[in-house]
Parts: sequence; structure tokens; C-alpha cells
Amino acid sequence: MNARLTDILPESAAAAADGPYIGRSVQRVEDLRLLRGLGRYADDVALPGMLHAAMLRSSVAHARVRGIDASAARAMPGVHAVITAAEIAGAPGQPVPTVPLRLQPLPCMEPYRQPVIVQDRIRHVGEVIAIVVADTLALAEDAMEAIELDLEQLPAVADWKISAADETLLFDATTTNRGVTFTARRGDADAAFAAAVHVQRERFTVQRQAPVTMEARGVVADWDAANGRLIVYGAAKVPFFNRHASAQMLGMPDSAVDFIEGDTGGSFGARGEFYVEDFLVPFAARHIGRPVKWISDRREDLMTMAQSRECEADVEMAFAADGTILGVRGTAWCDLGAYPRTNGLIQPRNIPHFLTNAYRIEAVHVDSHVQFTNKGPAGTYRAPGRAETAMFCERLIERGAKAMGLDPVEVRRRNLVTSSDMPWHFATLTPSAPESSGLSEADSGDYLAAFERCLVEFDWQGKLALQGTVVDGLHHGIGVACFIEGGAAGPRENAKIELARDGSVTLYVGSTSVGQGLETSLGQIAADALGIPMSALTLLHGSTTYLHEGFGSYHSRSTVMGGSAIIDAAGKFKQAVREAAATYLECLPEQVTITGTEAKSPRGRSIGFAELAKNETILVDGTFANHHHTWAYGAAAAHVAVDARTGDVSLLDYVVVEDVGRAINPLLLRGQLLGGTVQGLGGAFLEEMVYDAEGQMLTGTLADYLVPTATDFPRLRAVITEDFPSPINPIGAKGAGEGGTIVAPAVIVNAIANALGEFDLNPASLPLSPSRLWHMIDDARRAAR
Amino acid sequence: MKPPQFEYAAPATLPEALALLAHPDGDAKPLAGGQSLMPVLAFRLASPRLLVDLRRVPGMDRIDIDAAGVRMGAKVRWRDIERDARLKTALPLLAEAIGHVAHYQIRNRGTVGGSLAHADPAAELPGIAVACDATIEIASARGTRSVAAADFFEGALTTVLQPDELITAITFPAWPATRASAFEELARRHGDFAMAGTAVWFDLDTAGRALDTHIAVIGASDRPRRLPAAEAKLDGQLVDAGTIGEAACAAAGACDPADDLHASAAYRRNLVGVLVERALIRALAGTTSGGTAINRSGESH
Repeated sequence: MNARLTDILPESAAAAADGPYIGRSVQRVEDLRLLRGLGRYADDVALPGMLHAAMLRSSVAHARVRGIDASAARAMPGVHAVITAAEIAGAPGQPVPTVPLRLQPLPCMEPYRQPVIVQDRIRHVGEVIAIVVADTLALAEDAMEAIELDLEQLPAVADWKISAADETLLFDATTTNRGVTFTARRGDADAAFAAAVHVQRERFTVQRQAPVTMEARGVVADWDAANGRLIVYGAAKVPFFNRHASAQMLGMPDSAVDFIEGDTGGSFGARGEFYVEDFLVPFAARHIGRPVKWISDRREDLMTMAQSRECEADVEMAFAADGTILGVRGTAWCDLGAYPRTNGLIQPRNIPHFLTNAYRIEAVHVDSHVQFTNKGPAGTYRAPGRAETAMFCERLIERGAKAMGLDPVEVRRRNLVTSSDMPWHFATLTPSAPESSGLSEADSGDYLAAFERCLVEFDWQGKLALQGTVVDGLHHGIGVACFIEGGAAGPRENAKIELARDGSVTLYVGSTSVGQGLETSLGQIAADALGIPMSALTLLHGSTTYLHEGFGSYHSRSTVMGGSAIIDAAGKFKQAVREAAATYLECLPEQVTITGTEAKSPRGRSIGFAELAKNETILVDGTFANHHHTWAYGAAAAHVAVDARTGDVSLLDYVVVEDVGRAINPLLLRGQLLGGTVQGLGGAFLEEMVYDAEGQMLTGTLADYLVPTATDFPRLRAVITEDFPSPINPIGAKGAGEGGTIVAPAVIVNAIANALGEFDLNPASLPLSPSRLWHMIDDARRAAR
Repeated sequence: MKPPQFEYAAPATLPEALALLAHPDGDAKPLAGGQSLMPVLAFRLASPRLLVDLRRVPGMDRIDIDAAGVRMGAKVRWRDIERDARLKTALPLLAEAIGHVAHYQIRNRGTVGGSLAHADPAAELPGIAVACDATIEIASARGTRSVAAADFFEGALTTVLQPDELITAITFPAWPATRASAFEELARRHGDFAMAGTAVWFDLDTAGRALDTHIAVIGASDRPRRLPAAEAKLDGQLVDAGTIGEAACAAAGACDPADDLHASAAYRRNLVGVLVERALIRALAGTTSGGTAINRSGESH
């Protein structure tokens, strides 16, 4: 996307536009464009001769396909093509391409990969059976209804327990629905449990959730038959990976395919991953020889965009008499739905790896089973596996401490990792793809300090008097929990800086904007690194046309990785300017000083960038490679009031503290923390993707799948600290897009359980809807009678 | 998510609109704010042959208040109700409930007639209509008729309206200034359809006994309905924590909610009891006699 900072920099920022920018709450340069309706999203792309695609999606969860008769649909006026597996496979018996795993590409996943279109077997409601391309979307949908299917229904595997029984196998080439088991180990867990004076064991269930983005997915593909080139609009998050995957499936070189990033209305880990439509729409465009647009509707997005978090866990924690946590042990079962897709393994791999959360736990043995079912395929959702395990860990501490007669706050103090524990090694995970070898250690920070800061900001001591009290019928409770968040995934990111003939400086970066304010934060870093005003540079990012390689935005990585690549490029750019200017200034390159957009010699001669650019083109590449992750960390505390008669919960106060090493833009970071928190609160209270026993999705609209809105949780506070800058990147920043989400369910469950202490409730499954909470209270009341 | 093909007409007069609805081919649907009909079309749950857009039909957009009560045209929008300060005294239950109706974007478009015709069992206006003994005025090419709100709703999304009929107005009887009333509902998020809700009112005689108690519930049955068993607990009685508790208990017992994604039937039944109790307590607190202050946990101070 093109951010011409000169045109759109808000006046307040321009007024203060003399750097340094890093650390300042510069207003988002994106906002003037977006708020004036000048953003360009996938659906804003309109090309001459463009046709419209509708996807015929399965209405059943599990079936064999005996036949597809699209003849009537193909004969309808305005219909240009109906494409099924037959057209894509090319020849009978040929398999259609399958979706590659971008993260954790374990060889054992091969037989479970998702075909780009239903060939002989349907495995979830919403799976694409055919693409109908017509003059208008309405005509395409009309034709879709004329396609006749001959299906042999198979028993639906709509639950991980049914999946684990392996009575109905979902993949012919396999002997089990269990794709893989991840195991995290550290120390001797059995010995730790043998030595424990108390073992707290709990069973948790976390509901299936859907990352709902404001903008639904969309793909527009433009086929240039004359040059054999394909341009694909609607890319987000990881355009370079998707371009490669799509090109491979189409049998084209990467260089003949471009993925263009527009404005993006949210990702949350889901939007911008490679989905079958990223192949199907380009295929259709090439097949027909016309541009083709497909825009997902909300129901399609809910059915087919990555779903996440669904799991059950049986986990236990071993305590010494003084509250020292000796070890964690247990098993989790993750319901991945029909396919692992590109990144579905991240949640099940994170659960065993991060059950220790922010605590100094020396002994770990946790297994996590990947179970395939006939539900929507899995993927990541902001804080994958982490929101789940933070809740498991924090509930085990809370319950264990109370069972031992200890103060849970004191138990946390005793066990939180401090700066003297650094570097702190996490458990070892197997199996593990090579790319994640660096995941195992945190290098800096003091988790106890962040916890203490949170207690102070929240006034824990002051509010403690309210714990468990009933005021005007409302049960008050406070809760606290900690978190760590990994960020800055490698392997590298790239940036390019160009001094154009007109003297303008243009910066290209492989990071992508998914709505997080990337143009602003990277613009700040670049302006400081180059020593020029933000308004003097143009930032272009994401699209495959700008660079030979880019890695995009996931795992809270884009600011750290893209920013570090920019710093490398800026250094090289300044060196190139010195070398070019030296000739004109009649001095040595190392004698040239650069101030803003002017190069000067020691004797006072100078040449501006604009003058220099008349005869010189300067183009430099920068890169930043990193196989270690950053680990931001923090804590959150909440004050709730529960109406025990209705199960309705009011959130009266909420504080989240996060240490990010270095905040590039506190305003944006605060937005990430608060937005992430709201999303986590959605998971705690509202969001639940429901399937019935037949594998039918019951939450197909936003009236059924409830996402939190701006007015639902107004009382939130975010505190940012910068006590421990990252030692592994030149900015000192740690990725920080997910912490708010990670910790919210843990805090809320703790606070609600404390509020309802008199009922001795143990909320262990999410979401805590009023109905579910009331039933728990009602059951406790009956049991007490 | 595109509607199936339909024909469209935007007649300029009510008789023309009614003639179109009465077309022998049948299967025409009136379109006003579109807040219920358009999603139904987009999901292809309905495929009418003809949409009769009422936007050019004059009138039906006024709120008239006189000694006889309140009359609202079918095209009155939620926003019109929200902005009309007269309703705070002329129809306080509606004024109180309106803040729970969806979100402002929807309130800018959604209409009184559309909500009544759609007949969602959890919608506020149908509940207020039943609670307040409203009358629904209906027109067709065959003539006009009036139906009491209590008889209008037949089930979830089902009313007595015939395919050729159009709601033209709703009238509410006059509201005495001394009447006690309150509206309560609980939704998953503000603006969502209620898990349950209630509108209650009663008058007090000179001895402080309740007269003519009305207790209506939404979201607790397949249609908005009054709960006579609960009303009977108050009529002729002093309104206090005891009788309120009895009425609430009777209300919970008298409703027949269903399970859905958001709440179990048992929860809804409990919720009806709690909301009826709270509404009665608030209604009583708003009267000049005030009653004894009773806290939200249902116990007298």
C-alpha cells in the first residue's frame, strides 16, 4: 500500500516533525486516508471486463462425492464457467493441489493436507465443491443453485473424542485421525510430582473461536494472456508465501505472479493466510481469460476462515510446601477441524510448550494431540495456544494455592521468572520443524517486576477488601494473571531504500499492514534512521512487486523485523549517499556528513538529495535476520461484579501492564494492548463457534457468533513499560500485538471465581456466558441444600 | 449473499401499494426499513416475486398524541421514537425500551410496522404493544381492520397478516400520569435481541392496591405475551416485596422459553422471574407512594 506521508501526515505530527520519532505517539498516518473513505480494500478493486465468482460450498460435513452435474448451471445466461476438481486436476485420476503448511511443515502432515477443491471427499460444511463465474455475483449465485450433487453421506466426526476413537477415518491414506502429538519436556516431571506435597489437577475446555475481521476475505485475479502474467489483489499478512504457493499450483514461475497488498481490515492471524480461494480465483481468471473477483460474505468467512482455540486439557501442577511450583504435567486434545491448513499446528504446538507461562517451572511433561474432525479447518487466532495455556496455568496456581492455604499472589511472587533467571529456557518441544529451533529461551526481563507494577496500578491492596463481598446483590471479585508473549519470528525481513531522480526517498519493506498502523511505526523508524522528516519519505510495503522476498506480518513480528531491516537499509543508504556525494564535494566519503536531505563536506560545500539524484540513482537493500524470538511480558488484573441471579458480569476495572523493551509508538501500542484485551474478553465472555453433532455450523451470522464491540468493555487501562530492551535487535523492541489477548481469559476466570467464592465455583470452560455462569451457580446452590 | 431475482415497485400512493400486494400472482412483500427483510432475502430464506417499496407512499410517518392515546404510523422509525420527548409521559414503557432496540444505524432505518410484521419473539416493540393493549391497524385492497396486539402475534415470525395486507399504524390507549411501569431486559451484548425481557405496569387504588396489572414478556415464548398467572398475584393486593416475589415466581413458572445458542430454557425461565421482580420493584419505586425500597437481590431493606 502506498503511504505518501507528505500528503497525509496529520498536522499535529507534521508540526513536531523534526525527530526523533521513535518513542513518540505520532498519530496514525493511515487514518486520514481510511477515515475519508480513500482506503483501497479488495472489494474496491474493479477491473475492465471483470467477472464475479461464487463458491458452491458443501452443506454437509462428511460425504463422498459420486457426481457433480453442472450442465444446467453452465447453460445459464451470463455464466462463463463452472469449475470443479475435474477441470483443475486436468486428467482423470490426477489429484488436485493441496494447501502447503507454512509453519511447522512436518512431513507427517502430508496425508492431511487440504485439497484446493473437493475431489472425492467432503470433510467440512463450507468446503468448496465448485466455482461459478458469471457476469454478476447474483447470476453466479443463481447458477450455483442449479448444480446437482450426488453425494454419499458419511458419519460426521464432529467431536475430538469421536475423532480419537478412529472408527470413522477422515483420510483414506491414514490409519488415524490423530495427525501428530506434540510433547514438551524439561527436567524430570515424574520426580517433581513424586516430591510434591500438593498436586492440583484440573480439566479445562476452551471453545472454538473465529477470528472475525472487519473486512471479509477477497481475491481479485487479473490474467495477462499476452505476457503470461498474473496479478492477484487482496493479499495480506504473507503475500510472498502465498504468491509462491499459488504460482506452484498454477505451474508458473514466482516471477510471473504478483500479489498486491491493499488496505486490510484486520487479520488476527487468520486473514491473509493462504486459503484455497487464493488458488481458485487466479485459476478461474486464467481459465476464462478475464479478471475474476471473489469477495467472501460473512457466512463464508465464518465457515472457512481459520477457526481456533478448541481444546480440552487434563493438566496438573506440583507444589512444594512453600508454594514453589515443582512441575507441570498433562495432556491436551486439540480439535483442528478438517485440515491443518497453513498454520493450524501452531495452537497445538504452543499448548504444551507454554503451559509454564511466566513461571520458573523446572519440570515439564505435557502432550498435545492433534485431532482432525469434520469442522471448519483450524488456523491461528491472535495468541494461539497461549490464551488457552495462560488460563490453565493461572487457574492451577490459583486453585493450588488456595487448596494449600496460601495466598495465590504470594505463590506467584515466589515463582515468577526474574531478571536473575535470565536467560530462561523453555521446555523442549518435539517434533519441531527446523524454523522453530530458536523458540526456547527468553533473554531479558523481570516478570515479577511487571506483576508488582500491575498490582500497584490496579490498587490490588486497596481493592482486596472487596474480594468476595456482596454489594446491592452484586458479588465483587478481583483477579490477577501473568503472561509472556513471543514475537519477532524469523527468519528475516527485507527493506529497500531508493533515491529517485526527483530527489524523493522511497522505502520498500516486506512487512505487511493488517491494520496495525505499520506505515506509521515503520515510518518513524525509517525517518529516525535516515535523519529526515517522516514527511520526506514514501513507504511502500507488502506487495511482491517491491522486493524479491518478504515475510509479512504474523507472530507480532512486523515492527521488530521490518524496522530492523529498515535500520540496516538506512545505514547502507547513507553510505551510498556519502560515496555519491564525495565526488561532487571533492572529499572522501567518510568525510561527508548528512543532515536531513543534504550532504556536506568538511570545507562547507554541500549538495542536496534532489541535486544528487539528477545524475545518481541510489538503491540499497537491507535485511535483518533473526532466529531468536523476543519475549514481551506482563500481567493484568480485573475487578468484576457478578449478578448471581442472572449470571451477568460487569467489568468494573481492568489494568494490563506489558514490558515491550522499547515502544516505537506508545499510542499504537496502547491500541494493540487494549484491542487485544477486548478480543481476549470476547473469548472469555462471548465468542463461541458452535457445531452440532452432524457437523453443521450453528453460528453462521454475527447475531449468533458474538464479537465484542467498542462499547462492550469501556473500563480498560493499559500501562506500557520499557525496562528491558531486547538485546537481539537494533531497536530494542519486543513484539507486542498479542499480550492483551493472552491474559484476558485467565484474569477474568480468576476474578469471577473469586467473586463467587461463597459458591466454591471452578469455572473451567469458556465462554462464561450469563446462562452458563448461572447454571454453575444454580448447581452449587442445589448441591449446598 | 445476494438476493434471488425479484421485481421491484415503488408506488406513490397507499391504494397503489395495496393493489400491488393484492396482485393475483401473489407473493409480494412490502419493504420499509429493510432491517429484517433484506437479510432474509440475502440468505435466500425467502424469494418473493415482488418487493413493494413503501418509501414514496405518503403519510404513515407521524407520531400523534392526544387524549385518546398515541398513534404511530407504520413508517415511524426507531429514531423518531427516540427523539420524541412527548413519549416519556405519553408512553413511558416504549420510551424506556427504545434504548434497547438494536444499534443506532439500525434505529435510523428500522420501522414500527416492519418490527410488528416480522414478529421476532424477542423484539421490544411487539412486547410493548402486547403489554400496553395496543391495536394494530391493517389495510388491504379489501378494506381495513383493527387487531388487538394480543391477537396479532401467532408464533415466532408469524402473525395474522394476510399476504395482501399492510400494517398502517399502531395505537396505544391513553396513559395515566400516575401509572407505575418499568421495562427490563438482558441481552448478551447491548442492542442484541434479549435473552428475555419484560414490560410491566399497574395502577394503584387509593389504598395502595394494584389494579389492572399487566406483565408481558419477550424472548420467553414463541411470541410476546402477557402472563395472567403473574398479574393475578398483584391485582387487588398491596404491592410489596412479598407480592412482587409471588408475581415473579408465577411469571417464571408461566413462561415457556426454548433453548438456543445464547441461553438455556431453564436460564430464561429464571431470568424472566428476576426481570419481572426487578421491573415491579422499579415500577413501585417510581410511584408517588414509593413503596418500600427493595434491593435488587429481592430482599427488603
